[in-house]
Amino acid sequence: MTVTTEIGKARARKEDARLVTGQTNWTDNIVLPGMVHIAFLRSPMAHARIRSVDVSGARGAPGVIAAYSGADFAAEQGSLPCAWPVTPQCLIPAHPPMATEEVRYVGEIVACVIARNQYAAADALEKIDADYEPLPAVLDMEAALAEGSPKVHAAGNTSFEWPFAQGDIDAAFRDAPVVIERTYRQQRLIPCAMEPRAVACDPTGDDFTLWSSTQIPHVLRFLLAVVTGIPEQNLRVIAPDVGGGFGSKLQVTAEEVLTLLIGRKLGRPVKWTESRSEGNLAVHHGRDQIQRIKVAADSDGRLRGLSVDLLADMGAYLMLVTPGVPLLGAFMFNAIYKMDAYSFKCTGVFTTKVPTDAYRGAGRPEATFAIEHAMDDLAAELGMDPLELRKRNWITHEEFPFTTIAGLTYDSGNYEAATAKAVELFGYDDLRKEQAARRASGDPVQLGIGISTFTEMCGLAPSRVLGSLSYGAGGWEHATIRMLPTGKVEVVTGSSAHGQGHETAWSQIVADRLGVPFEDVRVLHGDTQVASKGMDTYGSRSLTVGGIAVVGACDKVIDKAKTIAAGLLEVSADDLEWTPGRWSVRGDPEQGRTIGEIALATFAAHNLPDGVEPSLDSEATYDPDNFSFPHGTHLCAVEVDTETGQVKIRSYVAVDDVGVVVNPLIVEGQVHGGIAQGIAQALYEEAAYDADGNLLTTTLADYLVPSAADLPTIVTDRTETPATSNPLGVKGVGEAGTIASTPAVVDAVIDALRPLGVTDVEMPCTAQRVWRAINEAKGGM
Amino acid sequence: MTKVSMTIDGVRYDDEVEPRMLLVHYLRDVAGRTGTPVGCDTSNCGACTVLLNGLSAKSCSVLAVQADGADITTIQGLANGEWHPLQQAFHEEHALQCGYCTPGMIIASVDLLRDNPNPTEQEVREGLEGNLCRCTGYQNIVRAVMRAASASQGAAS
Repeated sequence: MTVTTEIGKARARKEDARLVTGQTNWTDNIVLPGMVHIAFLRSPMAHARIRSVDVSGARGAPGVIAAYSGADFAAEQGSLPCAWPVTPQCLIPAHPPMATEEVRYVGEIVACVIARNQYAAADALEKIDADYEPLPAVLDMEAALAEGSPKVHAAGNTSFEWPFAQGDIDAAFRDAPVVIERTYRQQRLIPCAMEPRAVACDPTGDDFTLWSSTQIPHVLRFLLAVVTGIPEQNLRVIAPDVGGGFGSKLQVTAEEVLTLLIGRKLGRPVKWTESRSEGNLAVHHGRDQIQRIKVAADSDGRLRGLSVDLLADMGAYLMLVTPGVPLLGAFMFNAIYKMDAYSFKCTGVFTTKVPTDAYRGAGRPEATFAIEHAMDDLAAELGMDPLELRKRNWITHEEFPFTTIAGLTYDSGNYEAATAKAVELFGYDDLRKEQAARRASGDPVQLGIGISTFTEMCGLAPSRVLGSLSYGAGGWEHATIRMLPTGKVEVVTGSSAHGQGHETAWSQIVADRLGVPFEDVRVLHGDTQVASKGMDTYGSRSLTVGGIAVVGACDKVIDKAKTIAAGLLEVSADDLEWTPGRWSVRGDPEQGRTIGEIALATFAAHNLPDGVEPSLDSEATYDPDNFSFPHGTHLCAVEVDTETGQVKIRSYVAVDDVGVVVNPLIVEGQVHGGIAQGIAQALYEEAAYDADGNLLTTTLADYLVPSAADLPTIVTDRTETPATSNPLGVKGVGEAGTIASTPAVVDAVIDALRPLGVTDVEMPCTAQRVWRAINEAKGGM
Repeated sequence: MTKVSMTIDGVRYDDEVEPRMLLVHYLRDVAGRTGTPVGCDTSNCGACTVLLNGLSAKSCSVLAVQADGADITTIQGLANGEWHPLQQAFHEEHALQCGYCTPGMIIASVDLLRDNPNPTEQEVREGLEGNLCRCTGYQNIVRAVMRAASASQGAAS
């Protein structure tokens, strides 16, 4: 048995030392001798044929080194990759990094200037003459699918249809006592990581070093080689300090490909850094679905069947995992509930907007919103408490492992325990009483309660499952442990941190496993020359996959150390026993060697046993057998001013079960931040377009990322049901808060207003939208 | 080009700059003080906040020439042998994740506590309204500022 002292400890983070003092290494900080700066000219049209792009005016401008249009890259730029062709027929249009013939969204790159500084480059953009022949914008998914719609791509506006069914859905709906049918709208969101993207390229001989503000240095290296034909061994990709991602930096971008190609053309270091308003136009967006939901139930509330028909806006092109995002939700609409049948269909639709792709939760927040919202609608239809309806349908803790109607096997969970804790912390019964009193008195400020008893699938992912879903890569992760002669430890991880705290959490895992001090462990990541193998960080996978690889590598070190210790102690290896940090002779614990002593002896290699290589260093690659299924119960109380439509979150309780917790400080931080992003979708954020396809929310003045004053204090707590699918018992936590919170908030708003006849408010539930919904329900407006 | 001179984190800088150059670009690209990052281009996010003659200012909304003669403190000049109490509190309360907003958030908090050494939680939330964070949900940032405030109160009493 391993004695754990570090796992579970609220360690303040190692990475903070550089971050709180400004000793950071953001990509935009990188300055190399002779470095020049790139600025991109972007399409001002949502859809147009490019008649001509004349960059000659820019070429002579002050400080300008070069200027190029798409024609200059036509032979070498390839097409930006989509790694997830979800069906064999999936339409994946060519996607040149710099447009050559047609532009399909405002913000698509058409030309670039390279100059001595970013000011000169920006100035010279104005001297480029780009001439367009306008084509009709295609902005609405339903209109895009209608007969005779203008086409985004010559081959059509449908990328794919992906159907999935389990059980007899017709039987479930036939003669069902209760059927509800709803259409929900997932608005389009902009991820808004605080660090705008930046890319720098240093070409040296045949070799290229590329720094990028990316979540995926390893995947990026592989795909840059595929796209550009530059041999993979000549490419080194570094993700230095990365200021947040949330999926937006899980991408192979036009700017990365072009910065590499420009570096190659010029043979000198180049850098591009985006402005926020450029980023809102060009970083992939998230969500954007129309969800048509049908639920069949018995009159006591037992679920019979669920039918989901999704329209998912791909935007103008398929990017890295664009079509896969709604599929990640396909297995989650049934959530924690038992039912007889389930059918799902998703249609991927092209529009002339920024492409969509992964954004925190990627598919699961959309699904969770729909099912939790539908459960509330069903409860209202049945006149039942929505919590009671959930209890009647959820998987009970005795039933695990449980194979759901969508075919996933949930390894563990305890929805009763998490809910009971949340209900108590929240004061559910008292709030219901207060709600009844306010309703009775006709209080202009009504109280609403929203419930989210969520689960999600994360820890992406078993490679075989990804393969069966036509994803282009595996879901394993890699780790290396290097034992230094002084007994200190270097951990090389294929996970690529950008705020999650891997340097701290991995140190805790290794400290426990090897029995070394936390301070003696250093974690290296984010550079393909240092961490040669990896699948990077997204889908709440780092701990549940990368962390387990670290454990595997530690165990190999311990095994190697055993053989060497036996030689040093002149005993049989069978007579040794491991206590963290030390191999010693069973029954004679004085006789032993610490892992540090063994490391030094291995370095000297003077008297190792015959045939034993002089190294303790070990690597491990871990491919999970299953996803991880964190769950929890989030409860939100809102006060809605029925005269102004203003919504105020009064209290929010989150009880999450993420299995065994390595660092409660980090877990709580992930929950806080995740909830904030889910509340942002519920109440504040929306990427809005005008009728011509211009994005209206290009700045943080228009796109309302909430501030401290806009968010409540969250009450958090946990239950701990260890995952049975990995040796640490851990589950992912990066996305859970975002997945859980949006329906809790929106359902609270609607719950407050149901007596007024309001049944839905489209997100974000701004004061104006709420006020309109109230007045429409009254028959006004 | 216009001559400017200013003190940044205790060091005197004299340079010639384009009149249109933003202070944040001067700090980063000319003075090499890259601890102060840029998060937006509309002065909404506050990542670039510095102390300008002791008061917090978003250095993206100040021209370098306007800062002529000023005394500027960035995140890199805040520690004085040991971390500033706010740096310590941000670390201990896990008030940062990716850390990109942190320099501006800490500097804004320095000014907030100068102005109101004993704020309520709501005053902290409102006082930091001009600084955006995408990672933390602000809860631990508020905790950190409250902790630093009570530490200074303790030290003063």
